[in-house]
Amino acid sequence: MSQAVPAPIDGDVDPMGSREAGPPPKRRMSAGGVLVRAAVLGLCLLWLVPTFGLLVSSFRAEEAVKNTGWWTVFKSPLDFSQWTLASYDSVIFDQGMGNAFLNSIVVTVPATIIPIMIAAFAAYAFTFMRFPGRELLFIIVVGLLVVPLQVAFVPLIQIFGQYNLNGTFLAVWLAHTGFGMPLAIYILRNYMASLPNEIIESAAVDGASHFRTFWSLVVPMSVPALAAYAIFQFLWVWNDLLVALLFLGAGDNEVVTINLRNMIGDLGQEWHLLTAGAFISMIIPLAVFFALQRFFVRGLTAGSVKG
Amino acid sequence: MIKILNAVVAILAGVGGMVALYWVLNAVVERLPSRWEHRVKPYIFIGPAIAVVGLFLVYPAVQTIIFSFADKNSEAWVGLDNYRVLFEDEGFRSALVNNLLWILVVPAASVVIGLLIAVLADRLRPTAEKVAKSVIFMPMAISFVGASTIWIFVYATRFAQGDQQIGLLSAITTKLGFDPVAWLSIERWNFNDFLLMVIMIWLQAGFAMVLLSAAVKGVPDDTIEAARIDGASELQIFFKVVVPQIWPTVIVVFTTVLILVMKVFDIVYVMTNGRNETDVVANTFFKELIEFGDDGRAAAVVVVLMVAVIPVMIYQVRRFRMQEAGR
Repeated sequence: MSQAVPAPIDGDVDPMGSREAGPPPKRRMSAGGVLVRAAVLGLCLLWLVPTFGLLVSSFRAEEAVKNTGWWTVFKSPLDFSQWTLASYDSVIFDQGMGNAFLNSIVVTVPATIIPIMIAAFAAYAFTFMRFPGRELLFIIVVGLLVVPLQVAFVPLIQIFGQYNLNGTFLAVWLAHTGFGMPLAIYILRNYMASLPNEIIESAAVDGASHFRTFWSLVVPMSVPALAAYAIFQFLWVWNDLLVALLFLGAGDNEVVTINLRNMIGDLGQEWHLLTAGAFISMIIPLAVFFALQRFFVRGLTAGSVKG
Repeated sequence: MIKILNAVVAILAGVGGMVALYWVLNAVVERLPSRWEHRVKPYIFIGPAIAVVGLFLVYPAVQTIIFSFADKNSEAWVGLDNYRVLFEDEGFRSALVNNLLWILVVPAASVVIGLLIAVLADRLRPTAEKVAKSVIFMPMAISFVGASTIWIFVYATRFAQGDQQIGLLSAITTKLGFDPVAWLSIERWNFNDFLLMVIMIWLQAGFAMVLLSAAVKGVPDDTIEAARIDGASELQIFFKVVVPQIWPTVIVVFTTVLILVMKVFDIVYVMTNGRNETDVVANTFFKELIEFGDDGRAAAVVVVLMVAVIPVMIYQVRRFRMQEAGR
């Protein structure tokens, strides 16, 4: 099989792993080997240093962040008087990042669970039921995968405006449910199509209704795909700025990305606060990254074409 | 507290409501004569999904096309005026050019860097490989706003005499004897655009690496061995044996990053908001819609974006059909 349109969710391959064929071949430390190591090390440092610098800065005092480079701490890293949580304190309580963090959770959890439910039913029908229009509808879903979300914004803002929904959580939940749907259907249907058909057929022969087969057979068997999509959608919604800007805006209901972006805009030279703010906004995605790396990678690679 | 309660209610009502809806509809359909039951039931299963997609994507898309021919409040027809104004606008044309530049640079750069790391890391010991890949992949967890904040600190510059540099890039260049420069204001050769692209490449290389690494590992060893026996050099093996076999994956990665880059918004919005000739199409959309409140022109920008996406869409559908045929 060629590579799927978005990467398929493979059974049990660890995308971050290396070849699993026995012990690694013995390697001589040739000049080439040293070069390879140096190159990889160099690239890794290049990738890590910007984030690391910000992390270091977030624990430094205001004056220090504004006047000296973060790398100067390594002159005396054990001088504990230079480390402080003041930026975090200020960001969480004075800049509203604590409240925004809560809002992000409130936005993200329903916006993840509800589309999965709806998409799972649809994916089941697309996979195991025959009906006129099936192919065409699914082709439309595939086409919609790459459509930029911007297509929906102008009319939706007008419609939500008529019902006074702009700025409410309900508006973002609905919007994300709609925007996440094509991808959810696509991922789940592709996975379900790889399930052994005989099991579903024998369930039908035994007299199980579609409804029962769905709940007691197909949903449990599809857990890898459900989890992959859940992680993708969770991160996508958590990290989203545009949908939040348009439907939620700034204020009491603002999410972490908006809070951070406003800090960048408003504070101008309040550098020290940006550092802590950025890390608070990143902590959940990074935790997911480190704790569930395998699922995380699968989710992201499966869902990366989202429009 | 009320918010959390709200969310809990939303989850329960949303999920519970959906389950109840499906259950009730299902129960109703099961009372139908069996011939009808089989005909109607699939639509019960896909109905809500189709309704949601129709309401939040298809209907608004059609509506957007219609609005693009109307005035700022969508009240009167203006024909092609919105498009004419857009394409006569220097700023929008420059945004189009910048987007094109992003499209030319970022997908290719992500693929090349991702492939480089995938191939190099493949030669390390398993633990080292895993760590290296995690480091490169980690930025994928970070939001565009978060990434922008990180890079604001890299690109920061201080100009006053005697001030120390607090941004890494300026610290290095001034150490090397150059004068401090405001990096994101350098318009010559679109240098500031490239600095913004660096952020996107930094974010996407890990994604490219993960997919390409899996593809590289999937290349059968005997094809490589055969080439080696024939006396091919490592470089020849890579370009003549490995690359052709992983080409489908290269295309997938390229397309994915391409789609992402076509509608790049957050990075530009946060870093420069289009100042110093860095604007892109998605950011002009946001400006028209929110800052100028011109729904007609905003819709026209979206239509331009839609038209640009159509070739990718056709390609995706074709690809999907081929895949289905091979299932």
